[in-house]
Amino acid sequence: MIINDSVISGGEKIIFALREIYFKNGFRPYRMSKFEEYDLYAKNKDFLVSDNVITFTDTSGKLMALKPDVTLSIIKNIKDSPDEISRLYYNENVYRISKGTNTFKEIMQSGLECIGKVDGECIAGVVSTAVQSLQAISGKFILDVSDLDIVSALIDRAGDLKGVKNRLISLFGEKNAHEAARICRENGAGEEYIKAIKELISLYGKPEKIMPELRRILSGVGLGGEFALFENIIKSFDKAGIADEVNIDFSVVSDMNYYNGVVFKGFVDGAADSVLSGGQYDNLMKKMKKKSKAIGFAVYTDRLPVD
Amino acid sequence: MLNVALPKGRLGEKVYDMFERAGFECPSIKEQNRKLIFENPEAGVRYFWVKPSDVAIYVERGAADIGVAGKDILLEYEPAVYELLDLGIGKCRMAVAAPADFVDNPQRALRVATKFSKIAGDYYAGTGRDIDIIHLNGSIEIAPILGLSDVIVDIVETGSTLRENNLKVFESVVPISARLIANKASFKFKNEEIVRAVEGISRLTEEKQ
Repeated sequence: MIINDSVISGGEKIIFALREIYFKNGFRPYRMSKFEEYDLYAKNKDFLVSDNVITFTDTSGKLMALKPDVTLSIIKNIKDSPDEISRLYYNENVYRISKGTNTFKEIMQSGLECIGKVDGECIAGVVSTAVQSLQAISGKFILDVSDLDIVSALIDRAGDLKGVKNRLISLFGEKNAHEAARICRENGAGEEYIKAIKELISLYGKPEKIMPELRRILSGVGLGGEFALFENIIKSFDKAGIADEVNIDFSVVSDMNYYNGVVFKGFVDGAADSVLSGGQYDNLMKKMKKKSKAIGFAVYTDRLPVD
Repeated sequence: MLNVALPKGRLGEKVYDMFERAGFECPSIKEQNRKLIFENPEAGVRYFWVKPSDVAIYVERGAADIGVAGKDILLEYEPAVYELLDLGIGKCRMAVAAPADFVDNPQRALRVATKFSKIAGDYYAGTGRDIDIIHLNGSIEIAPILGLSDVIVDIVETGSTLRENNLKVFESVVPISARLIANKASFKFKNEEIVRAVEGISRLTEEKQ
């Protein structure tokens, strides 16, 4: 069957292109055909992009939900085998509150998950697939990569900042160095750590330029070990041929109750916010009592600059 | 081309001077007319005047790459933007004010009149005080005088408006000043220009301090 090109919208073409990329990279389709109980989403409310969920009562009387997210369902339903690796992709409608209108919207989401034995090679594979996805969306794209373990370790080391840690992490997300410095100072952090936090927030660029600076900043505050782990990840990016395609940016942060390690966000020219978001979420796996590690990402097709 | 949203008014003029000294000059902006958009292709910059409370919206949506907004607006609307610099100008504070003889009655909800419902809500949630928010768009000071509210949460600069209306500051909520904000995607795609503006302006604010 030949389909006339003019009847396929720009958004649909991208969905098909992404599907092809995922398939070529060894991911297999995951289809969500049933509804989950509301409880699954309520327990992991902060993991969701918006915490409002559409609910309904099933024929059995159970309170069910229209999916606001696909990842939680995949984790719940997949076999927990920490020594193997499952590579899955999905295209599913999700139901979320749209920020502009504050009403529920049906949004096509496309994404993938790697669950099981997640090592450096697997992380590089997922990030490489993210790069290819952005390439398919736009000729002009940027993928920013961060390491939450570094951000977390630096805050922990800077002093007794437990009470303000979440606030500091969101200031990393705003690239707000002045406010972060003020809060650290108010809470008695040492000046050398405050300087390191400010520098880390302001770092931005290609690994080639950033890694030497990062080494200097982190070894200056006794975090050489954390640097070495991140350096290995960047080396694996090099091996996968994508080190030139990513930028290092510690303003990419996610909720540490769920995420850890490598997190990333993708931008394309013409979209005002990130269109791709992902990272390692071992903490969510632990929370859901699974031994496997995991990494994944989603493409927000509603934010794409296409018809 | 770097698109800059400036807040209309005296603060915006000060901000433009900072940009000019940082190498982003656009002489036509000083002409007395009612135009809102000014461009200087040689310096690679375009300015537009917008309502101060709208700057964050222009930047969040990417119509402007960078802009200058008060911390009050950023706290109230929480736009998804980068906050790159505290410019140290337009300094004031958000405060709780009430008639001088005001005594809080903890037996009932405190009636708070404000333009900044979120900031007021967050502040009283932090103190554990039950409140009733009365959202107003202006002339907040008259609310307690007319018995519409017990207190107000508003911006206090010199305190003269409060004094003239027989109000006094009871608590400070948060210090406010003008912040340089950037659109997240623009920060990446126009990184070189934005970093040049940030570094130029940050040198000026450091000199001032």
